[in-house]
Amino acid sequence: MADVISYREAVAEGIAREMRRDSTVVCLGEDIGAAEGVFKTTVGLFKEFGPQRIWDTPISEQAIVGAAMGAAMTGMRPVAEIMFSDFLACCWDYLANEIPKARYMTGGQVTVPLVIRTANGGGLGFGAQHSQAVENWALTVPGLKIAAPSTPADVIGLMASAIRSDDPVVFFEHKALLAGSGARPPDDHVVELGKATVAREGTDITVVGLASTVPVALKAAEQLAGEAISVEVIDLRCLVPLDMRTVLSSVERTSHLLVVEENPYQGGWGGTVVSVVADEGFEMLDAPIKRVAGACVPLPFADALEAEVIPTVDKVTEAVRRLSAY
Amino acid sequence: MTKGRGAGGESAPEFVQLLTPDGERIDKVTGADGVEYTVDFTDDEYRGLYRDLVVVRKLDAEATALQRQGELGIWASLLGQEAAQVGSGRALRQQDMAFPTYREHGVLYCRGIDPIMPLSLFRGVDHGAWDPNQFRFNMYTIVIGAQTLHATGYAMGITKDGKVGNDDGEAVIAYFGDGASAQGDVNEAFIWASVFNAPIVFFCQNNQYAISEPIEKQTRVPLYQRASGFGFPGVRVDGNDVLASYAVTRAALDHARHGQGPTLIEAYTYRMGAHTTTDDPTRYRMAGEVESWQARDPIARVRAFIAKQQIAGDDFFTEVDELARRESLALRERVLAMPDPDPLTIFEHVYPHGSPLIDSQRQGFAEYMDSFEGSSH
Repeated sequence: MADVISYREAVAEGIAREMRRDSTVVCLGEDIGAAEGVFKTTVGLFKEFGPQRIWDTPISEQAIVGAAMGAAMTGMRPVAEIMFSDFLACCWDYLANEIPKARYMTGGQVTVPLVIRTANGGGLGFGAQHSQAVENWALTVPGLKIAAPSTPADVIGLMASAIRSDDPVVFFEHKALLAGSGARPPDDHVVELGKATVAREGTDITVVGLASTVPVALKAAEQLAGEAISVEVIDLRCLVPLDMRTVLSSVERTSHLLVVEENPYQGGWGGTVVSVVADEGFEMLDAPIKRVAGACVPLPFADALEAEVIPTVDKVTEAVRRLSAY
Repeated sequence: MTKGRGAGGESAPEFVQLLTPDGERIDKVTGADGVEYTVDFTDDEYRGLYRDLVVVRKLDAEATALQRQGELGIWASLLGQEAAQVGSGRALRQQDMAFPTYREHGVLYCRGIDPIMPLSLFRGVDHGAWDPNQFRFNMYTIVIGAQTLHATGYAMGITKDGKVGNDDGEAVIAYFGDGASAQGDVNEAFIWASVFNAPIVFFCQNNQYAISEPIEKQTRVPLYQRASGFGFPGVRVDGNDVLASYAVTRAALDHARHGQGPTLIEAYTYRMGAHTTTDDPTRYRMAGEVESWQARDPIARVRAFIAKQQIAGDDFFTEVDELARRESLALRERVLAMPDPDPLTIFEHVYPHGSPLIDSQRQGFAEYMDSFEGSSH
């Protein structure tokens, strides 16, 4: 059906829309051309835009991201793909030291408008080095923006904003969401970076999620509705800018906060959300703030064990029930 | 000397070959590095190499089948690369240390490791669980090229330990592919190995593809020629020739163990199958290319040689096929019988002496598991 699109297709569609609109947009990465992406997230791009604008590269993460920076300095808007987000570690110098500091260190004279797209997260049983949710890595680096959509429409809308942004944006595409589908957004669909959305309205407890944990929270909310617990689910959509206004306004009504994040508890992005609520919303709270996060261990390869490490619907419902007892 | 398929579509420079695709033995050959290569095997040794090649291919086929049947999460087949792996694997001496990628099932077999081990990894039961020190074979490394630096550091370490510089010295071999040659780490490993004169052999299996990217997209010069820019010798060998792969690796390892520094070997071969079971090579390469490599099969030429030289008769080939069949069947049965890991094991081995945070998470998880009726925890 034309009005439904998969998350996977939405990635290519979001890029294609911007490439049609702006001839300075180019893509580079491994296997993105003829093979159309190992996750099939670049299907059709090579056919439509050709090798002038879709660059198949050697497997050199540092070169992919470093060259994207250089290309951006010439006025292009490169969209670089790092196949697995775990491999951001392979190009960390460019991502942490070079790209986010270019404008600052040149006194605003050099801007590097680029997007680094990457397949992120667990749930598919890819083991310790191919399954991590690493949005929190990028969160530690001032100068980067971070988008992590949970729906196909947001993939397209945030991709538009990310590519048009003059700031470097790390764009996390969640592997466990790729096969899912949703409404195809209209042609001019743009979602502003740093605007959370209320994915489900509720009155008793605020549950904040990002990417894969949004559908987890929504399923939990559905179950809990049967137990007369009304859960409001907020999809942050971006970590930088971080839309705390939407979170605080929800907590003001529910007085309870649960954060659901896929990365390990230790150093996870939820810690930042929670600290802002503790600081600015303390008087609104009727209960301690809780986080459902990954265990502080590498991801196991075994499917059954991976589910024990990352957030699941059961873990969220359990945490909500405990909170609602306050 | 034979011409092969070269980078940039040009004809490839000559490589070291001791056994032609037709099974003709070449007595000796001088490589681009000026070294004269030959082998001197007994009939028993020739039969042993053939047996290794056949068994390794059969086990690999079984693993591919297991993945297709949903019993493994993923499998990176070595099909087509058996000679490069068995030749180099058998050239290793007991004291030598190998650093593999995730495709070195043939080398693993030669190191005497139970072939079930990589299957427990790819079944998602563990992350690979052999003892690298016992078998002198490090864990499979999944992140491309990273092992070349591990290997270089290891080689520098054994030099400091005084284990290098004589006939019985130690040497290190780092396996990687043509794709990894584009990684920064690999180039840094070349520089370090060179300036520290590390006792290491960089064994590059150029199987012509980095997933979908052909060699033409990865290099403009034959890969072995890169070594000269880093200051050590490079040699290209017919990676589908087990004898030449053995001879070249043996010489490079001996060079290293005597304290004479690194060598880059480019084993020129072809990945007959997919990169892994997750991709479909028909999307990015032509059937005719695959067929031309089938004519250079690494096993057929050894069989032809053995038959022509009357080193063994039909009984031997039948017996080897039967052995391979038995080993692959046993492998299948053992894979299917693997127990699922205990959920509480996820908290093990993160830190050697535990950590308060993980201990508390383990405790909480155990209580959570106990909350289910009939829990055995």
